[in-house]
Amino acid sequence: MYAFDIERPTTVAEAVNALKTDEAQPLGGGQTLIPTLKARLAAPSKLVSLSAIAEMIGISREGSTIRIGGATTHGQVATELAESYPALGYLASKIGDPAVRNRGTIGGSVANNDPAACYPAACLASGATITTNTRDIAADDFFLGMFETALEEDEIVTAVTFPVPQKADYQKFEQPASRFPLVGVFVAKHDDGVRVAVTGASESGVFRWTEAEEALSADFSAGALDGLSVDADGMITDLHGDGAYRAHLIKVLTGRAVTASR
Amino acid sequence: MPKDTGIGASTRRREDVRFLKGKGQYTDDIPPAHDQAAAVFARSTVANGVIKSIDTSVAESMPGVLAVFTGADFADVGGNPAGWLINSRDGEPMKEPKRPVLAHGKVRHVGDAYAAVIAETEKQARDAVEAIEADIEELPAIMDVKAALTSDNFVHDEIGTNQCFDWGWIEDNRRATDDAIKGAAHVTTLELVNNRLVPNAMEPRCSMASYKESSDEYTLHTTSQNPHLTRLLISAFVMGIPENKLTVIAPDVGGGFGSKIYHYGEEALVLAAAKRVGRTVKWTSDRTEAFLTDAHGRDHVTTIELATDAEGNFLAFRTETYANVGAYLSNFATATPTFLHGTLMAGNYTVPNVYVNVKAVFTNTAPVDAYRGAGRPEATYSLERVIDKCARELGMDPIALRRKNFIKPDQYPFASAAGLEYDSGNYDALMDKMEEVADVAGFAERRKASEAKGLLRGFGVNAYVEACGIAPSNLVGVLGSRVGLYDAATVRVNATGNLSVMVGAHSHGQGHETVFPQIVADMLGIDAQSIDIVHGDTSKIPFGMGTYGSRSLAVCGSAVVRATEKIIAKAKKIAGHMLEAAETDIELKDGQFSVVGTNKGVSFGEVALKAYIPHNFPIEDIEPGLEETAFYDPANFTFPSGAYCCEVEVDPDTGKVRVDRMTAVDDFGNVMNPMIVTGQVHGGLGQGIGQALLEAARYNEDGQLESASYMDYAMPRADDLPFYIVDHSQGTPCTHNPLGAKGCGEAGAIGSPPTVVNAVIDALQSGGKNVTHIDMPLTPHRVWSAMNNA
Amino acid sequence: MTKVEMTVNGKQVSRDVEGQTLLVSMLREDLRLTGTHVGCDTSQCGACVVHVNGKSVKACTMFAIEADGADIKTIEGMAGSDGSLSVIQSAFQEHHGLQCGFCTPGMVMTAANLLKDNPKPTEAEVRHHLQGNICRCTGYHNIVKAIMAASGQDVSAIAAE
Repeated sequence: MYAFDIERPTTVAEAVNALKTDEAQPLGGGQTLIPTLKARLAAPSKLVSLSAIAEMIGISREGSTIRIGGATTHGQVATELAESYPALGYLASKIGDPAVRNRGTIGGSVANNDPAACYPAACLASGATITTNTRDIAADDFFLGMFETALEEDEIVTAVTFPVPQKADYQKFEQPASRFPLVGVFVAKHDDGVRVAVTGASESGVFRWTEAEEALSADFSAGALDGLSVDADGMITDLHGDGAYRAHLIKVLTGRAVTASR
Repeated sequence: MPKDTGIGASTRRREDVRFLKGKGQYTDDIPPAHDQAAAVFARSTVANGVIKSIDTSVAESMPGVLAVFTGADFADVGGNPAGWLINSRDGEPMKEPKRPVLAHGKVRHVGDAYAAVIAETEKQARDAVEAIEADIEELPAIMDVKAALTSDNFVHDEIGTNQCFDWGWIEDNRRATDDAIKGAAHVTTLELVNNRLVPNAMEPRCSMASYKESSDEYTLHTTSQNPHLTRLLISAFVMGIPENKLTVIAPDVGGGFGSKIYHYGEEALVLAAAKRVGRTVKWTSDRTEAFLTDAHGRDHVTTIELATDAEGNFLAFRTETYANVGAYLSNFATATPTFLHGTLMAGNYTVPNVYVNVKAVFTNTAPVDAYRGAGRPEATYSLERVIDKCARELGMDPIALRRKNFIKPDQYPFASAAGLEYDSGNYDALMDKMEEVADVAGFAERRKASEAKGLLRGFGVNAYVEACGIAPSNLVGVLGSRVGLYDAATVRVNATGNLSVMVGAHSHGQGHETVFPQIVADMLGIDAQSIDIVHGDTSKIPFGMGTYGSRSLAVCGSAVVRATEKIIAKAKKIAGHMLEAAETDIELKDGQFSVVGTNKGVSFGEVALKAYIPHNFPIEDIEPGLEETAFYDPANFTFPSGAYCCEVEVDPDTGKVRVDRMTAVDDFGNVMNPMIVTGQVHGGLGQGIGQALLEAARYNEDGQLESASYMDYAMPRADDLPFYIVDHSQGTPCTHNPLGAKGCGEAGAIGSPPTVVNAVIDALQSGGKNVTHIDMPLTPHRVWSAMNNA
Repeated sequence: MTKVEMTVNGKQVSRDVEGQTLLVSMLREDLRLTGTHVGCDTSQCGACVVHVNGKSVKACTMFAIEADGADIKTIEGMAGSDGSLSVIQSAFQEHHGLQCGFCTPGMVMTAANLLKDNPKPTEAEVRHHLQGNICRCTGYHNIVKAIMAASGQDVSAIAAE
């Protein structure tokens, strides 16, 4: 790695201030950033660790929503949401591996928006709100493309708030090497309709399969998807599968998610 | 009753204690010398290119930099040699382009090192590597083995071809084989790929050298499976350092699977650097370097034909293989697709005609060499897949077709049509046992249960026989080997009665520190705890060829036996003197030497003490001391064999394959430590299933390795694999080594890939999909695509 | 340089480290605790797993500075003070759960964390928990068996030797 300093602020205000330095970068759990640094693909002057900011750690139930601090680990989400939002807890329990889950954070995952990350699908399907140090952003407005979000420079994700749906499920078909989703589908049935969010599949990053949402809002059953299909155009083709395969899996996994929703 | 100690006992491993406590000493763990310096390599990012210039001036002046090397520094130094000369069918010797320590003139694969920086710290060396300005003119990459043979873009311009050799085996049998196929009632043809793999031992390579000016001596610590061979290669072929001035030490080594057999340029570089800068110089590979530069395995493209009569009797096997050797010849690269592959092409069968053609081709990829199984997985895969296809075409049961053609127990020694003489075996007994322990009869019920869950279930079966315990030196010498393949052991009894056994084999997970003492203790009738194994250090051990090719027990173990026999013979002489009896009247039992038919005896410990304190000792007849060495050259390969089967579930909606049951029944002859042997089979099965379902080293058309990390190269994890069913009760002893033992280290990786593929094909066929073949790895995408295109 | 202080295997340590110094480098190079191994560069192989404040963490994917004030346990801290093997370590030896030994420290540390949270895991739970620990030698059979045995479950019926 190139050389850099690390600061460990204990409040959001301190962190925002530390990030004003040229070439400073926020450090969440580091499970994505540190391998990048090892490969010398980035050369920050300073890393601002967010893991010691108490106000960003923790999960709270607020009426029909669940608020997760941006520096909360996947492991904590997996354990604490098992009852209150099982599909989201399950998603967190399947990220990486146990050691990764003890460090990786929701804020880091969401801010990075890897096209094969799990959390963005949960955010979109839940209609979540991403809170930063300056504003709230609806999930629909937050994920702009592969590795691209609405975050401005020096903006950090301090919390993500999830409306809890009536029922939901996450189906993750793992890419056998990375164990990221080759395709991951999060289905959530809300009072006002169904949302279907897909990750791992599209060259444009996480997206909502609106055709399926309409059909499922009318009839929440796997059969409602008969006759629907996803266009292979724009789906990722790589070592592990082509666009047609990913398009096919989207439909298969959506049906399975609907059937398994609770 | 299972034994507690000695030969046949599942003695728990004593080396485990240090590994479990984190006290192993792998090369990178060695405490830094007071003068430690680091080496980092500049590696090509293009697959094929002409080096126009390398400007190291900025790098040389950077903080902490002690020296910068380029290929020019090694222009007069020898190249890394090929260890086995193969002649083409036309009699021409193979092409042997130079493999330099650092690339010079051209870079020939992504990762090819063309410069190295020596600096105080690794970070400083890495920073300086980035400041090296190399002007490399990129050329089109030569990637496809068939296209390479007709291209005039050469990996090595000086040889004017990309063909290393065009080998036929056995050439005199080609006509008869062609005729047998022409006249056969039925011919099954199969085109298949044996996918390129990256060995991925968990410990990355590491080499550290120091030079002592006062005595002009070098020491190299390195991650090697065979320190003496490494020393010989460096001394005789590359650096010219006399062997008696070079000590090579392989400490604890974290897995090898073949990839740590070879001498690599990094070893020569750190030696040269240690001398030039007068410091201890260490290089540690990272995982990306390992992917790019450790010798890869397999990478064959094969067409195989099986000719039978109308009843399914095998008449002939004929194969044509394009074997990718990569950009440079690694040390055993030419033996792996030839004498470790073509010679197995008769399999377990009495087939009368076999002909194998192998064209070895240079491409702009990492060098390819032996990887767990080394040529035998390739042969078994081709045979057992085409036999399976043939069974389907003939409407015959796959087990029945094999049994029909098996060599029978009363036919040994059996001269196979591929030129080997198998010493012993009983393939029907293996198949019987497999059917029993795998509960083959219960498959139909299990298939119903899978189908009720919406899954397809398939059953796959095959046999294998392989040649290991390499190898008889005379034989391999005649076939082109430039080295002998014996091994050695020195048994040193100390005055106080404990033993040091110095062995030429080098354990990197095989448990030698536990198994060799079991053997010696069994022979001497003493406590195994009093026997210590010394290995890995050329200054301490006799010259052995090392550990690979499932040879440590069959060859080095036999040397241990022979050396121990010499100890017993001398000890009997000494005991005879002590007991005033003829040595022929002395017997050894449970650590006691006694005069036959009397109570008179002396203990092993008393004899040892006498040998080293030779008072009242007949020095005219016996020398003092009790230390004996044996070099053992095997009379033949050993021929383990097996019957394997597995059951898979296939999800038809996603193509995902899950191995639900995997059974391996092997004949390893006499088993020294059942627990360790079973562990070897487990490991081989994991790698074989990995090859069949998960692993692929994929280069794109520009020669970039797209699967250059665990993010894209799918290593088997615990949840990819089941518990295995393993049996080795049907051993038929090896007839030609004193242990009666056959090698066991590679069997699992040899027998299992066709088992898995056969099972998946069976699953798809049971679902009405007329798929007859899918190339490995059978990823979900490939399986699903095959199902949907059927 | 930044000063960091932490407890490692029960002992207070204090070191000056650079920002980019990884926890694994500090352990291996500064403290000479070389039982924690580096096997990959994508944080997947698990050879570097240690315990930070009781939780398994990949030491290659954490900076030393982030461990300031933490309680660290490495493989060297797993045996008894009299040198006796822990229950998990003994089970690995009894069931031949290691061959070359390179992945073993990470396996033991991960297993210890599993059994703390899930004292009687099923085979599937053990296999799933080992997703971040790669072994090339054993095919995992005996590792899974050893962990289940260490949890006190009867493994004689589970898998044939």
